[in-house]
Amino acid sequence: MQASNVLNYDYSVAKCFTYATILFGIVGMLIGVIIAYQMAYPELNYFAGEYGTYSRLRPLHTSGVIFGFLLSGIFATWYYVGQRVLKVSIAESKFLMSVGRVHFWLYLVVILMAVVSLFMGISTSKEYAELEWPLDIGVVLLWVLWGISIFGLIGIRREKTLYVSIWYYIATFLGVAMLYLFNNMEVPTYFVSGMGKWYHSVSMYAGTNDAMVQWWYGHNAVAFVFTVPIVAMIYYFLPKESAQPIFSYKLSILSFWGLMFVYLWAGGHHLLYSTVPDWVQTMGSIFSIILILPSWGSAINMLLTMKGEWGQLKENPLIKFMVLASTFYMLSTLEGPIQAIKSVNALAHFTDWIPGHVHDGTLGWVGFMTMAALYHMTPRMFKKELFSKKLMESQFWLQTTGIVMYFSSMWIAGITQGMMWRASDQYGNLEYSFMDTVSVLIPYYTLRATGGLFYLIGFLLFAYNMYKTITSGKAILSEPQNSSPMQA
Amino acid sequence: MNMESIRELQAYGYIFFTIFLVIILYSYIYHLYKSEKDGKRNYEKYSDMALHDNIDDVPVEKREIPLSAEKEK
Repeated sequence: MQASNVLNYDYSVAKCFTYATILFGIVGMLIGVIIAYQMAYPELNYFAGEYGTYSRLRPLHTSGVIFGFLLSGIFATWYYVGQRVLKVSIAESKFLMSVGRVHFWLYLVVILMAVVSLFMGISTSKEYAELEWPLDIGVVLLWVLWGISIFGLIGIRREKTLYVSIWYYIATFLGVAMLYLFNNMEVPTYFVSGMGKWYHSVSMYAGTNDAMVQWWYGHNAVAFVFTVPIVAMIYYFLPKESAQPIFSYKLSILSFWGLMFVYLWAGGHHLLYSTVPDWVQTMGSIFSIILILPSWGSAINMLLTMKGEWGQLKENPLIKFMVLASTFYMLSTLEGPIQAIKSVNALAHFTDWIPGHVHDGTLGWVGFMTMAALYHMTPRMFKKELFSKKLMESQFWLQTTGIVMYFSSMWIAGITQGMMWRASDQYGNLEYSFMDTVSVLIPYYTLRATGGLFYLIGFLLFAYNMYKTITSGKAILSEPQNSSPMQA
Repeated sequence: MNMESIRELQAYGYIFFTIFLVIILYSYIYHLYKSEKDGKRNYEKYSDMALHDNIDDVPVEKREIPLSAEKEK
Protein backbone atom coordinates (compact mmCIF):
# COMPACT_ATOMS: atom_id res chain seq x y z
CA MET A 1 0.00 0.00 0.00
CA GLN A 2 1.32 3.43 -0.87
CA ALA A 3 1.91 5.82 1.99
CA SER A 4 -0.66 8.29 0.66
CA ASN A 5 -3.36 5.62 0.81
CA VAL A 6 -2.83 4.75 4.44
CA LEU A 7 -5.94 5.62 6.38
CA ASN A 8 -5.42 7.92 9.34
CA TYR A 9 -7.62 9.77 11.75
CA ASP A 10 -7.92 13.42 10.82
CA TYR A 11 -7.44 15.80 13.72
CA SER A 12 -7.57 19.14 11.90
CA VAL A 13 -10.94 20.16 13.36
CA ALA A 14 -10.02 18.80 16.81
CA LYS A 15 -6.86 20.92 16.73
CA CYS A 16 -8.80 24.10 15.89
CA PHE A 17 -11.17 23.51 18.79
CA THR A 18 -8.20 22.77 21.07
CA TYR A 19 -6.75 26.23 20.32
CA ALA A 20 -10.18 27.78 20.95
CA THR A 21 -10.46 25.96 24.31
CA ILE A 22 -7.17 27.45 25.47
CA LEU A 23 -7.98 30.94 24.18
CA PHE A 24 -11.48 31.15 25.68
CA GLY A 25 -10.26 29.45 28.87
CA ILE A 26 -7.76 32.24 29.44
CA VAL A 27 -10.28 35.00 28.64
CA GLY A 28 -13.17 33.49 30.64
CA MET A 29 -11.08 32.68 33.71
CA LEU A 30 -9.28 36.04 33.65
CA ILE A 31 -12.63 37.84 33.72
CA GLY A 32 -13.70 35.51 36.55
CA VAL A 33 -10.68 36.51 38.62
CA ILE A 34 -11.30 40.21 37.90
CA ILE A 35 -14.91 40.08 39.07
CA ALA A 36 -13.92 38.06 42.12
CA TYR A 37 -11.46 40.80 43.10
CA GLN A 38 -14.14 43.41 42.39
CA MET A 39 -16.26 41.83 45.11
CA ALA A 40 -13.36 42.09 47.55
CA TYR A 41 -12.28 45.57 46.38
CA PRO A 42 -15.38 47.35 44.98
CA GLU A 43 -13.37 50.31 43.66
CA LEU A 44 -12.03 47.95 40.96
CA ASN A 45 -15.47 48.24 39.34
CA TYR A 46 -14.45 51.54 37.76
CA PHE A 47 -11.26 50.53 36.00
CA ALA A 48 -12.74 50.69 32.48
CA GLY A 49 -15.90 52.76 32.68
CA GLU A 50 -19.11 50.89 31.93
CA TYR A 51 -17.16 48.04 30.28
CA GLY A 52 -15.38 47.09 33.48
CA THR A 53 -18.30 46.92 35.89
CA TYR A 54 -19.21 43.69 37.64
CA SER A 55 -22.63 43.56 36.03
CA ARG A 56 -21.17 43.88 32.53
CA LEU A 57 -18.39 41.35 33.13
CA ARG A 58 -20.27 38.64 35.01
CA PRO A 59 -22.23 37.28 32.01
CA LEU A 60 -19.00 37.46 30.02
CA HIS A 61 -17.32 35.24 32.60
CA THR A 62 -20.10 32.67 32.70
CA SER A 63 -20.71 32.63 28.94
CA GLY A 64 -16.95 32.72 28.29
CA VAL A 65 -16.19 29.65 30.35
CA ILE A 66 -19.37 27.70 29.53
CA PHE A 67 -19.86 28.43 25.85
CA GLY A 68 -16.29 29.47 25.02
CA PHE A 69 -13.89 27.30 27.01
CA LEU A 70 -16.03 24.27 27.71
CA LEU A 71 -18.00 23.92 24.48
CA SER A 72 -14.75 24.16 22.49
CA GLY A 73 -13.31 21.51 24.77
CA ILE A 74 -16.34 19.28 24.21
CA PHE A 75 -16.15 19.75 20.44
CA ALA A 76 -12.36 19.17 20.42
CA THR A 77 -12.77 15.88 22.28
CA TRP A 78 -15.72 14.85 20.10
CA TYR A 79 -13.70 15.31 16.89
CA TYR A 80 -10.98 13.20 18.52
CA VAL A 81 -12.86 10.51 20.47
CA GLY A 82 -15.72 10.15 17.97
CA GLN A 83 -13.44 8.98 15.18
CA ARG A 84 -11.43 6.64 17.38
CA VAL A 85 -14.18 4.68 19.09
CA LEU A 86 -16.23 4.46 15.90
CA LYS A 87 -13.03 3.42 14.06
CA VAL A 88 -13.65 5.71 11.14
CA SER A 89 -11.70 8.72 9.93
CA ILE A 90 -13.68 11.90 9.35
CA ALA A 91 -11.47 12.39 6.27
CA GLU A 92 -13.22 9.39 4.69
CA SER A 93 -16.16 11.68 4.00
CA LYS A 94 -15.47 15.00 2.29
CA PHE A 95 -18.93 16.16 3.33
CA LEU A 96 -18.32 15.53 7.03
CA MET A 97 -14.90 17.14 6.78
CA SER A 98 -16.49 20.32 5.37
CA VAL A 99 -19.24 20.23 8.00
CA GLY A 100 -16.56 20.02 10.69
CA ARG A 101 -14.68 23.02 9.29
CA VAL A 102 -17.81 25.16 8.88
CA HIS A 103 -18.86 24.09 12.38
CA PHE A 104 -15.62 25.47 13.81
CA TRP A 105 -15.63 28.77 11.93
CA LEU A 106 -19.30 29.46 12.57
CA TYR A 107 -18.75 28.64 16.24
CA LEU A 108 -15.83 31.06 16.41
CA VAL A 109 -17.80 33.87 14.76
CA VAL A 110 -20.83 33.36 17.03
CA ILE A 111 -18.73 33.30 20.20
CA LEU A 112 -16.76 36.39 19.20
CA MET A 113 -20.01 38.22 18.43
CA ALA A 114 -21.35 37.04 21.78
CA VAL A 115 -18.31 38.52 23.53
CA VAL A 116 -18.75 41.85 21.72
CA SER A 117 -22.51 42.03 22.34
CA LEU A 118 -22.17 41.21 26.03
CA PHE A 119 -19.42 43.83 26.41
CA MET A 120 -21.83 46.32 24.84
CA GLY A 121 -24.42 45.39 27.44
CA ILE A 122 -26.82 43.74 24.99
CA SER A 123 -28.50 41.02 27.01
CA THR A 124 -31.81 39.25 27.46
CA SER A 125 -31.08 39.25 31.22
CA LYS A 126 -31.76 35.52 31.49
CA GLU A 127 -28.92 33.84 33.34
CA TYR A 128 -26.71 31.70 31.04
CA ALA A 129 -29.09 32.60 28.18
CA GLU A 130 -28.11 36.24 27.79
CA LEU A 131 -27.55 36.18 24.03
CA GLU A 132 -30.12 38.05 21.95
CA TRP A 133 -32.17 36.36 19.26
CA PRO A 134 -29.90 36.94 16.21
CA LEU A 135 -27.07 35.18 18.04
CA ASP A 136 -29.44 32.45 19.24
CA ILE A 137 -30.10 31.64 15.60
CA GLY A 138 -26.33 31.36 15.05
CA VAL A 139 -26.09 28.99 18.04
CA VAL A 140 -28.90 26.83 16.63
CA LEU A 141 -27.14 26.63 13.25
CA LEU A 142 -23.81 25.59 14.69
CA TRP A 143 -25.56 23.07 16.91
CA VAL A 144 -27.27 21.53 13.87
CA LEU A 145 -23.86 21.28 12.18
CA TRP A 146 -22.50 19.45 15.20
CA GLY A 147 -25.48 17.09 15.05
CA ILE A 148 -24.77 16.36 11.39
CA SER A 149 -21.18 15.66 12.31
CA ILE A 150 -22.17 13.26 15.12
CA PHE A 151 -24.81 11.31 13.25
CA GLY A 152 -22.87 11.46 9.97
CA LEU A 153 -19.84 9.87 11.58
CA ILE A 154 -22.03 7.27 13.27
CA GLY A 155 -23.55 6.55 9.86
CA ILE A 156 -20.20 5.58 8.32
CA ARG A 157 -18.69 3.81 11.34
CA ARG A 158 -16.94 0.45 11.28
CA GLU A 159 -17.65 -0.42 14.91
CA LYS A 160 -21.19 -1.74 15.22
CA THR A 161 -21.88 -0.89 18.84
CA LEU A 162 -21.67 2.67 20.07
CA TYR A 163 -19.16 3.07 22.90
CA VAL A 164 -20.66 4.59 26.06
CA SER A 165 -18.93 7.94 25.48
CA ILE A 166 -20.82 8.29 22.20
CA TRP A 167 -24.09 7.85 24.11
CA TYR A 168 -23.09 10.74 26.33
CA TYR A 169 -22.12 12.95 23.38
CA ILE A 170 -25.47 12.21 21.71
CA ALA A 171 -27.27 13.07 24.96
CA THR A 172 -25.35 16.36 25.13
CA PHE A 173 -26.44 17.18 21.61
CA LEU A 174 -30.11 16.30 22.13
CA GLY A 175 -30.37 17.72 25.64
CA VAL A 176 -28.91 21.13 24.82
CA ALA A 177 -30.91 21.34 21.57
CA MET A 178 -34.17 20.86 23.44
CA LEU A 179 -33.30 23.15 26.36
CA TYR A 180 -31.86 25.94 24.27
CA LEU A 181 -34.80 26.08 21.90
CA PHE A 182 -37.45 26.15 24.59
CA ASN A 183 -35.75 28.61 26.91
CA ASN A 184 -34.85 31.02 24.13
CA MET A 185 -38.34 31.33 22.73
CA GLU A 186 -38.43 35.09 22.54
CA VAL A 187 -40.44 37.87 20.95
CA PRO A 188 -38.40 40.44 18.98
CA THR A 189 -39.95 43.63 20.32
CA TYR A 190 -39.06 45.89 17.38
CA PHE A 191 -40.72 43.65 14.82
CA VAL A 192 -43.80 42.99 16.93
CA SER A 193 -44.47 46.38 18.49
CA GLY A 194 -41.86 48.78 17.08
CA MET A 195 -40.30 49.07 20.54
CA GLY A 196 -36.55 48.85 21.25
CA LYS A 197 -33.70 48.08 18.85
CA TRP A 198 -34.03 45.44 16.13
CA TYR A 199 -32.04 42.94 18.16
CA HIS A 200 -34.01 43.33 21.40
CA SER A 201 -36.43 40.70 22.61
CA VAL A 202 -38.51 39.63 25.58
CA SER A 203 -39.16 36.10 26.74
CA MET A 204 -42.25 34.41 25.35
CA TYR A 205 -43.10 33.25 28.86
CA ALA A 206 -44.12 35.53 31.70
CA GLY A 207 -43.60 35.62 35.45
CA THR A 208 -43.45 32.31 37.26
CA ASN A 209 -43.65 30.33 34.03
CA ASP A 210 -40.60 32.15 32.75
CA ALA A 211 -38.76 31.32 35.98
CA MET A 212 -39.67 27.65 35.70
CA VAL A 213 -38.56 27.37 32.08
CA GLN A 214 -35.42 29.37 32.86
CA TRP A 215 -34.34 27.05 35.69
CA TRP A 216 -35.35 23.94 33.85
CA TYR A 217 -32.86 25.25 31.28
CA GLY A 218 -30.36 26.62 33.79
CA HIS A 219 -30.01 23.48 35.81
CA ASN A 220 -29.94 21.26 32.77
CA ALA A 221 -27.21 23.40 31.27
CA VAL A 222 -25.30 22.08 34.29
CA ALA A 223 -26.49 18.60 33.34
CA PHE A 224 -25.85 18.59 29.62
CA VAL A 225 -22.83 20.91 29.41
CA PHE A 226 -21.04 20.47 32.76
CA THR A 227 -21.79 16.81 33.39
CA VAL A 228 -22.86 14.60 30.50
CA PRO A 229 -20.07 15.49 28.01
CA ILE A 230 -17.47 15.43 30.79
CA VAL A 231 -18.62 11.92 31.70
CA ALA A 232 -18.21 11.12 27.97
CA MET A 233 -14.62 12.34 28.22
CA ILE A 234 -13.69 10.46 31.39
CA TYR A 235 -15.14 7.17 30.09
CA TYR A 236 -12.74 7.38 27.18
CA PHE A 237 -9.64 9.16 28.49
CA LEU A 238 -9.20 7.48 31.90
CA PRO A 239 -9.36 3.88 30.61
CA LYS A 240 -7.22 4.80 27.61
CA GLU A 241 -4.52 6.66 29.56
CA SER A 242 -4.35 4.03 32.31
CA ALA A 243 -4.75 0.98 30.02
CA GLN A 244 -7.52 -0.32 32.29
CA PRO A 245 -10.91 -1.47 31.02
CA ILE A 246 -13.90 0.28 32.62
CA PHE A 247 -14.58 -1.40 35.98
CA SER A 248 -18.17 -2.21 34.98
CA TYR A 249 -19.44 -1.36 31.53
CA LYS A 250 -22.94 -2.40 32.64
CA LEU A 251 -22.83 0.17 35.45
CA SER A 252 -21.79 2.83 32.93
CA ILE A 253 -24.94 2.37 30.85
CA LEU A 254 -27.19 1.93 33.86
CA SER A 255 -25.88 5.25 35.21
CA PHE A 256 -26.42 6.77 31.79
CA TRP A 257 -30.14 6.05 31.76
CA GLY A 258 -30.43 7.03 35.41
CA LEU A 259 -28.78 10.37 34.75
CA MET A 260 -30.89 11.03 31.67
CA PHE A 261 -34.14 10.32 33.46
CA VAL A 262 -33.47 12.04 36.74
CA TYR A 263 -31.60 15.22 35.79
CA LEU A 264 -34.43 16.76 33.78
CA TRP A 265 -36.70 16.96 36.84
CA ALA A 266 -34.28 18.54 39.29
CA GLY A 267 -34.30 22.18 38.08
CA GLY A 268 -37.10 23.15 40.46
CA HIS A 269 -34.59 23.24 43.33
CA HIS A 270 -33.43 26.66 42.05
CA LEU A 271 -36.86 28.02 42.88
CA LEU A 272 -37.41 26.75 46.42
CA TYR A 273 -39.44 29.19 48.53
CA SER A 274 -40.46 31.14 45.44
CA THR A 275 -43.84 31.56 43.73
CA VAL A 276 -43.71 28.27 41.82
CA PRO A 277 -46.18 25.57 42.95
CA ASP A 278 -45.14 23.69 46.05
CA TRP A 279 -45.20 20.32 44.30
CA VAL A 280 -42.69 21.57 41.71
CA GLN A 281 -40.36 22.57 44.53
CA THR A 282 -40.75 19.23 46.31
CA MET A 283 -40.22 17.35 43.07
CA GLY A 284 -37.04 19.37 42.41
CA SER A 285 -35.74 18.47 45.87
CA ILE A 286 -36.57 14.78 45.62
CA PHE A 287 -35.09 14.29 42.18
CA SER A 288 -31.96 16.16 43.28
CA ILE A 289 -31.45 13.63 46.07
CA ILE A 290 -32.05 10.69 43.72
CA LEU A 291 -29.49 12.24 41.38
CA ILE A 292 -26.73 11.16 43.77
CA LEU A 293 -27.17 7.56 42.57
CA PRO A 294 -26.42 7.86 38.83
CA SER A 295 -23.77 10.53 39.46
CA TRP A 296 -21.92 8.39 41.97
CA GLY A 297 -22.49 5.38 39.73
CA SER A 298 -20.24 6.96 37.10
CA ALA A 299 -17.76 8.48 39.53
CA ILE A 300 -17.26 5.27 41.54
CA ASN A 301 -17.04 3.31 38.30
CA MET A 302 -14.12 5.52 37.29
CA LEU A 303 -12.36 5.24 40.63
CA LEU A 304 -12.81 1.46 40.63
CA THR A 305 -11.36 1.36 37.12
CA MET A 306 -8.09 2.30 38.83
CA LYS A 307 -8.40 -0.63 41.28
CA GLY A 308 -4.99 -2.16 41.85
CA GLU A 309 -3.42 0.52 39.67
CA TRP A 310 -3.13 3.36 42.11
CA GLY A 311 0.62 3.41 41.59
CA GLN A 312 -0.11 5.22 38.34
CA LEU A 313 -1.10 8.27 40.38
CA LYS A 314 2.55 8.65 41.34
CA GLU A 315 3.90 8.15 37.85
CA ASN A 316 1.42 9.95 35.68
CA PRO A 317 0.08 13.45 36.41
CA LEU A 318 -2.71 12.98 33.85
CA ILE A 319 -4.15 10.15 35.94
CA LYS A 320 -3.94 12.46 38.93
CA PHE A 321 -5.94 15.15 37.11
CA MET A 322 -8.62 12.64 36.12
CA VAL A 323 -8.89 10.91 39.48
CA LEU A 324 -9.21 14.25 41.23
CA ALA A 325 -11.80 15.31 38.64
CA SER A 326 -13.83 12.22 39.44
CA THR A 327 -13.45 12.88 43.17
CA PHE A 328 -14.66 16.46 42.76
CA TYR A 329 -17.57 15.13 40.73
CA MET A 330 -18.53 13.01 43.73
CA LEU A 331 -18.12 15.94 46.10
CA SER A 332 -20.21 18.37 44.09
CA THR A 333 -22.93 15.82 43.28
CA LEU A 334 -23.31 15.19 46.99
CA GLU A 335 -23.15 18.86 47.93
CA GLY A 336 -25.76 19.90 45.33
CA PRO A 337 -28.45 17.51 46.58
CA ILE A 338 -27.75 18.57 50.18
CA GLN A 339 -28.33 22.20 49.15
CA ALA A 340 -31.55 21.15 47.41
CA ILE A 341 -33.10 19.85 50.66
CA LYS A 342 -35.69 22.47 51.59
CA SER A 343 -34.51 23.07 55.14
CA VAL A 344 -30.86 23.37 54.05
CA ASN A 345 -31.89 25.59 51.17
CA ALA A 346 -33.62 27.96 53.58
CA LEU A 347 -30.14 28.74 54.83
CA ALA A 348 -28.13 28.33 51.63
CA HIS A 349 -30.32 30.09 49.04
CA PHE A 350 -28.81 33.32 47.62
CA THR A 351 -25.66 32.89 49.71
CA ASP A 352 -22.03 32.46 48.62
CA TRP A 353 -22.25 28.74 49.33
CA ILE A 354 -23.96 28.40 45.93
CA PRO A 355 -21.10 29.79 43.78
CA GLY A 356 -18.79 27.79 46.06
CA HIS A 357 -20.66 24.62 45.05
CA VAL A 358 -20.68 25.56 41.38
CA HIS A 359 -16.94 26.14 41.37
CA ASP A 360 -15.86 22.92 43.08
CA GLY A 361 -17.78 21.24 40.25
CA THR A 362 -16.53 23.43 37.42
CA LEU A 363 -12.92 23.98 38.50
CA GLY A 364 -12.38 20.51 39.97
CA TRP A 365 -14.45 18.28 37.74
CA VAL A 366 -14.99 20.13 34.47
CA GLY A 367 -11.73 22.10 34.27
CA PHE A 368 -9.44 19.26 35.36
CA MET A 369 -11.08 16.72 33.08
CA THR A 370 -11.01 19.03 30.05
CA MET A 371 -7.34 19.90 30.55
CA ALA A 372 -6.43 16.24 31.09
CA ALA A 373 -8.27 15.33 27.88
CA LEU A 374 -6.36 17.96 25.89
CA TYR A 375 -3.07 16.85 27.45
CA HIS A 376 -3.85 13.29 26.37
CA MET A 377 -4.84 14.28 22.83
CA THR A 378 -1.95 16.62 22.07
CA PRO A 379 0.91 14.08 21.78
CA ARG A 380 -1.28 12.00 19.49
CA MET A 381 -2.54 14.88 17.34
CA PHE A 382 0.82 16.62 16.96
CA LYS A 383 3.08 13.56 17.34
CA LYS A 384 5.11 15.28 20.04
CA GLU A 385 5.97 14.43 23.62
CA LEU A 386 4.34 16.64 26.23
CA PHE A 387 6.79 19.43 27.02
CA SER A 388 7.12 19.22 30.79
CA LYS A 389 5.94 16.80 33.44
CA LYS A 390 7.29 19.05 36.20
CA LEU A 391 5.23 21.96 34.96
CA MET A 392 2.18 19.73 34.92
CA GLU A 393 2.82 18.71 38.53
CA SER A 394 3.19 22.35 39.59
CA GLN A 395 0.00 23.21 37.74
CA PHE A 396 -1.84 20.38 39.46
CA TRP A 397 -0.90 21.44 42.98
CA LEU A 398 -1.36 25.15 42.33
CA GLN A 399 -4.83 24.62 40.92
CA THR A 400 -5.83 22.12 43.59
CA THR A 401 -4.81 24.65 46.26
CA GLY A 402 -6.80 27.31 44.38
CA ILE A 403 -9.93 25.16 44.30
CA VAL A 404 -9.70 24.34 48.01
CA MET A 405 -9.28 28.04 48.82
CA TYR A 406 -12.25 28.86 46.61
CA PHE A 407 -14.78 26.43 47.98
CA SER A 408 -13.74 26.47 51.62
CA SER A 409 -13.91 30.29 51.75
CA MET A 410 -17.31 30.22 50.08
CA TRP A 411 -18.63 27.54 52.44
CA ILE A 412 -17.70 29.67 55.43
CA ALA A 413 -18.91 32.89 53.78
CA GLY A 414 -22.20 31.33 52.65
CA ILE A 415 -23.12 29.78 55.96
CA THR A 416 -22.10 32.96 57.84
CA GLN A 417 -24.21 35.01 55.45
CA GLY A 418 -27.24 32.70 55.77
CA MET A 419 -27.02 32.65 59.57
CA MET A 420 -26.71 36.44 59.78
CA TRP A 421 -29.68 37.00 57.46
CA ARG A 422 -31.96 34.89 59.60
CA ALA A 423 -30.68 35.96 63.04
CA SER A 424 -33.28 37.81 65.08
CA ASP A 425 -33.45 39.25 68.56
CA GLN A 426 -35.93 38.31 71.29
CA TYR A 427 -38.61 40.56 69.76
CA GLY A 428 -38.27 39.04 66.31
CA ASN A 429 -36.38 41.98 64.80
CA LEU A 430 -33.59 41.17 62.37
CA GLU A 431 -30.28 41.40 64.15
CA TYR A 432 -28.14 42.49 61.21
CA SER A 433 -28.50 44.80 58.24
CA PHE A 434 -27.43 43.64 54.78
CA MET A 435 -24.29 45.80 54.98
CA ASP A 436 -23.28 44.07 58.24
CA THR A 437 -23.09 40.80 56.33
CA VAL A 438 -21.11 42.38 53.49
CA SER A 439 -18.39 43.72 55.74
CA VAL A 440 -18.04 40.35 57.49
CA LEU A 441 -17.65 38.58 54.14
CA ILE A 442 -14.91 40.79 52.65
CA PRO A 443 -11.92 38.66 53.87
CA TYR A 444 -13.51 35.54 52.36
CA TYR A 445 -13.97 37.35 49.06
CA THR A 446 -10.25 38.15 49.00
CA LEU A 447 -9.45 34.53 49.76
CA ARG A 448 -11.80 33.33 47.01
CA ALA A 449 -10.36 35.72 44.43
CA THR A 450 -6.83 34.60 45.30
CA GLY A 451 -7.89 30.95 44.96
CA GLY A 452 -9.27 31.84 41.54
CA LEU A 453 -6.00 33.61 40.69
CA PHE A 454 -4.06 30.42 41.57
CA TYR A 455 -6.32 28.47 39.24
CA LEU A 456 -5.82 31.04 36.46
CA ILE A 457 -2.01 30.92 36.87
CA GLY A 458 -2.28 27.12 36.67
CA PHE A 459 -4.28 27.47 33.48
CA LEU A 460 -1.61 29.75 32.02
CA LEU A 461 0.98 27.07 32.89
CA PHE A 462 -1.24 24.59 31.03
CA ALA A 463 -1.44 26.93 28.02
CA TYR A 464 2.35 27.39 28.04
CA ASN A 465 2.94 23.64 28.35
CA MET A 466 0.60 23.03 25.41
CA TYR A 467 2.24 25.78 23.35
CA LYS A 468 5.75 24.42 23.99
CA THR A 469 4.58 20.87 23.25
CA ILE A 470 3.13 21.89 19.92
CA THR A 471 6.00 24.16 18.87
CA SER A 472 9.08 22.47 20.29
CA GLY A 473 8.11 19.13 21.86
CA LYS A 474 10.30 16.09 21.16
CA ALA A 475 8.93 14.22 18.14
CA ILE A 476 7.54 10.72 18.68
CA LEU A 477 7.76 8.08 15.97
CA SER A 478 4.77 5.94 16.78
CA GLU A 479 1.55 6.74 18.55
CA PRO A 480 1.61 5.82 22.25
CA GLN A 481 -0.96 3.16 23.12
CA ASN A 482 -1.73 4.32 26.61
CA SER A 483 0.28 6.47 29.00
CA SER A 484 1.06 9.82 27.33
CA PRO A 485 4.78 10.43 26.75
CA MET A 486 6.18 13.45 28.56
CA GLN A 487 9.56 15.00 29.09
CA ALA A 488 10.73 15.48 32.67
CA MET B 1 -62.85 18.60 43.08
CA ASN B 2 -62.01 19.48 46.66
CA MET B 3 -58.51 19.79 48.05
CA GLU B 4 -58.77 16.55 49.99
CA SER B 5 -59.50 14.51 46.85
CA ILE B 6 -56.66 16.21 44.97
CA ARG B 7 -54.25 15.34 47.79
CA GLU B 8 -55.51 11.75 47.81
CA LEU B 9 -55.03 11.42 44.06
CA GLN B 10 -51.55 12.93 44.35
CA ALA B 11 -50.65 10.37 47.00
CA TYR B 12 -51.88 7.46 44.83
CA GLY B 13 -50.01 8.91 41.85
CA TYR B 14 -46.86 9.21 43.94
CA ILE B 15 -47.02 5.59 45.13
CA PHE B 16 -47.86 4.30 41.64
CA PHE B 17 -44.98 6.14 39.96
CA THR B 18 -42.49 5.18 42.65
CA ILE B 19 -43.35 1.49 42.29
CA PHE B 20 -43.42 1.77 38.49
CA LEU B 21 -39.99 3.43 38.34
CA VAL B 22 -38.46 0.94 40.76
CA ILE B 23 -39.78 -1.91 38.59
CA ILE B 24 -38.33 -0.28 35.45
CA LEU B 25 -34.95 0.20 37.15
CA TYR B 26 -34.65 -3.37 38.43
CA SER B 27 -35.98 -4.81 35.15
CA TYR B 28 -33.24 -3.01 33.27
CA ILE B 29 -30.57 -4.33 35.64
CA TYR B 30 -32.07 -7.82 35.29
CA HIS B 31 -32.08 -7.42 31.50
CA LEU B 32 -28.38 -6.44 31.48
CA TYR B 33 -27.34 -9.47 33.53
CA LYS B 34 -29.73 -11.88 31.77
CA SER B 35 -28.47 -10.89 28.30
CA GLU B 36 -24.94 -11.61 29.45
CA LYS B 37 -25.86 -14.92 31.07
CA ASP B 38 -27.70 -16.09 27.95
CA GLY B 39 -24.69 -15.22 25.84
CA LYS B 40 -26.59 -12.61 23.78
CA ARG B 41 -24.16 -9.88 24.71
CA ASN B 42 -20.90 -9.41 26.50
CA TYR B 43 -21.10 -5.84 27.74
CA GLU B 44 -17.72 -5.85 29.42
CA LYS B 45 -15.84 -6.43 26.18
CA TYR B 46 -17.09 -3.06 24.92
CA SER B 47 -14.39 -1.41 27.07
CA ASP B 48 -11.99 -2.62 24.39
CA MET B 49 -13.44 -0.06 22.01
CA ALA B 50 -11.49 2.62 23.89
CA LEU B 51 -8.42 0.50 24.60
CA HIS B 52 -7.94 -0.73 21.02
CA ASP B 53 -8.97 2.27 19.00
CA ASN B 54 -6.36 2.51 16.28
CA ILE B 55 -7.90 2.75 12.87
CA ASP B 56 -6.41 -0.60 11.85
CA ASP B 57 -7.45 -2.41 15.07
CA VAL B 58 -10.07 -5.09 14.61
CA PRO B 59 -13.49 -3.73 15.65
CA VAL B 60 -15.02 -5.34 18.72
CA GLU B 61 -18.18 -5.99 16.69
CA LYS B 62 -17.71 -5.28 13.02
CA ARG B 63 -20.51 -3.45 11.32
CA GLU B 64 -21.60 -4.86 8.01
CA ILE B 65 -21.39 -1.93 5.62
CA PRO B 66 -23.25 -2.36 2.33
CA LEU B 67 -20.84 -2.52 -0.60
CA SER B 68 -22.42 0.54 -2.24
CA ALA B 69 -21.86 2.64 0.88
CA GLU B 70 -18.25 1.49 1.10
CA LYS B 71 -17.69 2.53 -2.53
CA GLU B 72 -19.15 5.98 -1.95
CA LYS B 73 -16.54 6.60 0.71
